[in-house]
Amino acid sequence: MNIFVCVKQVPDTETKVTPNGDGSYIETSSIKWIMNPYDEFAVEQALLHKAANAGSTVTVVRVGGAKDTEALRTALAMGADEAILVDSADNLDSYMTAKAIKGAIEKSGKTPDLILAGKQAIDDDCLQVPQVLAQMMELPSVSVVVGFEGEGSNLTLKREVEGGAIEVYNVSGPVVVACNKGLNTPRYASLPGIMKAKKKPLTTLSLGDVGVSDEDQRIKYSDFQLPPEKPAGKKFDATDEGAQASVVAEVVGLLRTEAKVI
Amino acid sequence: MINFDYSQEQKEIREMAMKFAKNEMQPVASEFDESGEFPTEIIKKAWELGLVNTCIPEEYGGTGFTTVDSVIISECLSYGCMGMNTGIMANDLALLPIVIGGNDEQKKKFLTPFTEEYKIASFCLTEPGNGSDAAGIKTTIKEDGDHYVVNGQKMWITNAGFADLFVLYGTSDPELKHKGISAIVIDPKTDGIEIGAPEKKMGHKCSDTRAVTFNNVKVPKENMLGNPGDGWKIAMKTLDHSRPLVAASAVGGAQCALDHSVAYAKERNQFKVPISNHQAIQFIISNMSMKVEASRLLVTKSAWQLDQGQSNTKMASYAKAFAADSCMEICTDAVQVFGGYGYSKEYPVEKLMRDAKLIQIYEGTSQIQRLVIAKEIFTRS
Repeated sequence: MNIFVCVKQVPDTETKVTPNGDGSYIETSSIKWIMNPYDEFAVEQALLHKAANAGSTVTVVRVGGAKDTEALRTALAMGADEAILVDSADNLDSYMTAKAIKGAIEKSGKTPDLILAGKQAIDDDCLQVPQVLAQMMELPSVSVVVGFEGEGSNLTLKREVEGGAIEVYNVSGPVVVACNKGLNTPRYASLPGIMKAKKKPLTTLSLGDVGVSDEDQRIKYSDFQLPPEKPAGKKFDATDEGAQASVVAEVVGLLRTEAKVI
Repeated sequence: MINFDYSQEQKEIREMAMKFAKNEMQPVASEFDESGEFPTEIIKKAWELGLVNTCIPEEYGGTGFTTVDSVIISECLSYGCMGMNTGIMANDLALLPIVIGGNDEQKKKFLTPFTEEYKIASFCLTEPGNGSDAAGIKTTIKEDGDHYVVNGQKMWITNAGFADLFVLYGTSDPELKHKGISAIVIDPKTDGIEIGAPEKKMGHKCSDTRAVTFNNVKVPKENMLGNPGDGWKIAMKTLDHSRPLVAASAVGGAQCALDHSVAYAKERNQFKVPISNHQAIQFIISNMSMKVEASRLLVTKSAWQLDQGQSNTKMASYAKAFAADSCMEICTDAVQVFGGYGYSKEYPVEKLMRDAKLIQIYEGTSQIQRLVIAKEIFTRS
């Protein structure tokens, strides 16, 4: 089977984010990058499926800057066979990203039997690329997947829906599967894995190579700003038992009129 | 040409080892400190990921790490728990004499199994009456027909209760001092070996430390590393390799104490502001941070020299003494930053302070390191 995994490289969750000079994106010069945590579930699932289906290969695809390649290297160190990088800005919109991934998969010369991705990236939280990609490639897609069973292309996927209910899908591939937390426990990249990863093929393509141009841009980012600083919380003194009823009334009133949460 | 950057691969090794330390070791460190239980499952998991036995060369099944790679790993694992890392490092300490002094056959026989399955090793040098004065070893290795016979007692042997292999230093004749010392590989299951009860210690409680007694223990001749009398040379070379690792473990413990202190200083309020706003705390934390970085640079240089084929004896002693002493100071200061909470077992820094102390003692005390440095200064220049 030809298994593809889409991975995104995102700022480490502990990063202090600041807007860049022209406000078109965040300042990336001193950012520590990690693989998007939801994509780790996708890589792990790909490796599990590869192990269960002899002769399979796992190819990871990433669209983003070529300066740091942590996400792809991590995926290779975990056990993926090869990697494709589409060299571009780090904040392409979802449409361009999906189109670039589609182009990269086609360019690889392999017909995909299964495409895995994280359900969302934790930086822009768009939750779009897997579905857009599936649409472009005319494939079915299942998102928020927490259960994955089956052999080869015949899969039973469990999907989490609001309220904690589970939907079960029987799919025959090729299919795009967007993974959620709880699907599996991603393995560590072992040290021998890290040493082997540098010998694995990593192909770099340009946006032009995968058929993406400026005309594909659907969203133009501008005016990135930090959220306004939180004002200090209000304190209410309810130590005097006699005054408690009125304090409670005041708090409830403010929650209604000022905070507008009830 | 100077370059202070880790290679891309070293960054990844660091990332991965730190992730392991933070996810697998740190959350249970105080639990193991409390119980004193040997962390078999954790070390096994570390072994599966290639974090243990980093000294084994590629041709014998190892990963082929440089010494710089190894100190990165030691620092990270020690960040997770200094005590657990002692157990992990003790394997390298025991296997290094084989890497350094063993012939091809011995390396295949003794090293390769450690890459194929989870195994534990012990380095048996120290004796009840001989610590710093290592050349005063009293344990004897005497030739007897087609084998050797070992007699004597060893003390403070790390991993002894779990070991699958011992590397023991003994002498053919105590009068010969260092010229009589040999290193030999021993199967801990051999008749005549008595393994003592675990020692009760101030820190590193989950590392297994015991006395081991050898009563007429027969060892095959082919287990001798190098020639009889090569032991001292092998031991000294082993220390050149292992001191950077131990010094790195001091850096890991110190970095952990620093990180806890910075986080706590930002959230603890006194006089209506976080204590990180107080200059008194800022000065303590700045000093901690300086010492961590200086220690790390010394450790890295001492490892790098070895990788370059240069003599690193002096640098390794600089690193060991400076990093261990700094770690003790930093962990003591961390308790100070935490104040009363720092003294409580509910918070992580009192354990760090107890663990730090041992690093000034084992693998050559801070005083012995200064003797080594002085010897290098006065006899080599």
